[in-house]
Amino acid sequence: MEIRSMNFKARAGQKLADVVLQENLKRAKSKFIDSRISALAELDDFEATREAAKNLRDRSLADLDLWLEKFEQEATRRGATVLWAKDNAEVCQRVVDIARRHGVKKVTKSKSMLSEEAGLNQALEAAGIQPVETDLGEYILQINDNEPPSHIIAPVFHKNKEEISTLFARTHGRPALTDIQMMTREAREVLRPHFLSADMGISGGNFLIAETGSVALVTNEGNGRMVTTLPPVHVVVTGIEKVVPTLEDLATLMRLLPRSATGQSISNYFSLLTGKKQTGDQDGPEHMYFVLVDSGRADMVGGEFAEMLRCIRCGACMNHCPVYQAVGGQAYGWVYPGPMGSVLTPLFAGLENAIDLPQAATLCNQCGVVCPVKIPLPDLLRRLREKQIERRLRPLSERLALKAWAWMARHPALYALGTKLGVRYLKWLAGGEDRIRILGLVPEWTLGRDFPAPEGKTFRELYVRRAVAGPPQGGAAK
Amino acid sequence: MRVGLFVTCLVDLMRPRIGFSAIRLLEAAGCEVVVPATQTCCGQPGYNSGDRASALALAKKVLAEFEACDYVVVPSGSCAGMIRVDYADLAKDEPGLTCRMEKLSAKTYELTDFLVNIARLERVPGDFQGRITYHDSCAGLRELGVKAQPRALLAKMPGVALSEMPGAEECCGFGGAFSVKFGEISAAIAEKKCAGILAADVDAVVLGDLGCMLNIEGKLRRMGDEKTRVLHVAEILAGDL
Repeated sequence: MEIRSMNFKARAGQKLADVVLQENLKRAKSKFIDSRISALAELDDFEATREAAKNLRDRSLADLDLWLEKFEQEATRRGATVLWAKDNAEVCQRVVDIARRHGVKKVTKSKSMLSEEAGLNQALEAAGIQPVETDLGEYILQINDNEPPSHIIAPVFHKNKEEISTLFARTHGRPALTDIQMMTREAREVLRPHFLSADMGISGGNFLIAETGSVALVTNEGNGRMVTTLPPVHVVVTGIEKVVPTLEDLATLMRLLPRSATGQSISNYFSLLTGKKQTGDQDGPEHMYFVLVDSGRADMVGGEFAEMLRCIRCGACMNHCPVYQAVGGQAYGWVYPGPMGSVLTPLFAGLENAIDLPQAATLCNQCGVVCPVKIPLPDLLRRLREKQIERRLRPLSERLALKAWAWMARHPALYALGTKLGVRYLKWLAGGEDRIRILGLVPEWTLGRDFPAPEGKTFRELYVRRAVAGPPQGGAAK
Repeated sequence: MRVGLFVTCLVDLMRPRIGFSAIRLLEAAGCEVVVPATQTCCGQPGYNSGDRASALALAKKVLAEFEACDYVVVPSGSCAGMIRVDYADLAKDEPGLTCRMEKLSAKTYELTDFLVNIARLERVPGDFQGRITYHDSCAGLRELGVKAQPRALLAKMPGVALSEMPGAEECCGFGGAFSVKFGEISAAIAEKKCAGILAADVDAVVLGDLGCMLNIEGKLRRMGDEKTRVLHVAEILAGDL
């Protein structure tokens, strides 16, 4: 997908001013947060499960090459073909090659963020192959002129049913519906012929299991099963970091993924797909392919951002992020929004192409405490900020301001003088009021709030005076 | 015991009375309070902006100023968290420093945490009468586990009626430099926090961090609310109102 993260701030401004979006975000927020809490309460010991999940992800990643080889061996033994793609261009090439080999005209897709990363739909279209998104959210976005998703598990998190109703009426040429069930039925009716006529299905993969060569799919709509079992060819496109050693490991992660993501004890559908259709099997594809994608992941192994590879794509970090809640996912300008996106986008798409993202966080660590695999997201954002300073990617004025503050703070006499003058200036700006309404030096602050006036003298000044004259009477003046 | 008060730059600049309230509380708990005169900033602005070198230089300065104290107490969860948790990360760049820095970190406390768990303050001097709600600042809450401590101290004041607001643990949107790099987003987050405060219908919102204090007070006033007081937990406990 084309990266538009450089305009984060401007896009965020538009999103803040979008009244409908703001209402939609408010409604969606509480739904995810509340249901997550009740679903996690079912676990005997969330913290212990979380620790186990973190450890098993780290173990898998420490020997990633070995587990991937094991996976390839087991999947191949069961009749699947395992292909590797080092970057987005190779992902598209591999998939288009497979499609051509089998004479494919139409592809049904279940949700895959990686195919968004790679721009797979555009590549398929360019090769004369029709991609049809079958996840309801992704379908809505596709028929809305390929609008980008705003959430990794709920792609139309930002839309309300009225907007979708209008879109359906326009696209399907039917009367506008108001009932969500009826709208879903209409989408099913439109999608059913595609399921039946597709020559190939493409899915993502939530996890790859090395010991069995299987892919695990977590879905809620049933479209995943139609995509992976009806067409004669099934292609799994997923990242190399998704591999776990055993089914036992998968079970641990599955205790956390649906609960953290949608607040469900288990998703409506959970599929474990192993190999192509064998003699005696009722259904399944005649050909099964895995396209396992690097696109920046291998370089992260063992490095200072390795913890990010643990991510199981639940979306809890964005659901709990105050910045995401305020501006929605599309402001982030690429595939992955929220805290995990602000780490992944610079790593996958280039730090210089996402200059605002590591900065667009209050470091409140709400994301860190909800992450089911304990990724220290604020620490990773801070590390990216360090890279920005090292590579001089932040504005000169900002770097100079930081240096000037640090230099002053190392020289207490100058610091005392500077702060003494500074607070008097601010007090004068307030002009007898308890607040400053427009702060000329940092106008950003007073765009949306006042700046409380300082008392007028520094603690340092008053403390010295108190030491000379004894304690002040009746406390300090307000 | 000899307690070094790390005043913090925002208290020094904006609300010196909170520094004096902290001293009064520590003295009421029987501590001998020292205030190293050369102290300035803990280094957090540099640390959070990716300028490790500046942050490390200031961390060393704080170490030199406070190493001799039995404890270091900070009227801010954010600056206390910086010293207690993040200095260790900075010190790993210089192996010789690690051990000294770890000792400093281990004896550094956020004010209410110290008053409850170390100094065991029995009687609270303040006599505030009214309804309050408490905003849990992010660093204090999630980095240091400060949640029950301020509430335990406030519960010692018979005139105080605490009613929890919706989303008490959610960020107010300050985020240090974030508040001026992304002023509009920061203010939008603050607006949600303030809506929660107003919904609690209280005389005062009480909190333990200057950044949140300036942000929340600034937003409440811009929203047209003139009646809700924004108080640091030290002032209300010390009775300096």
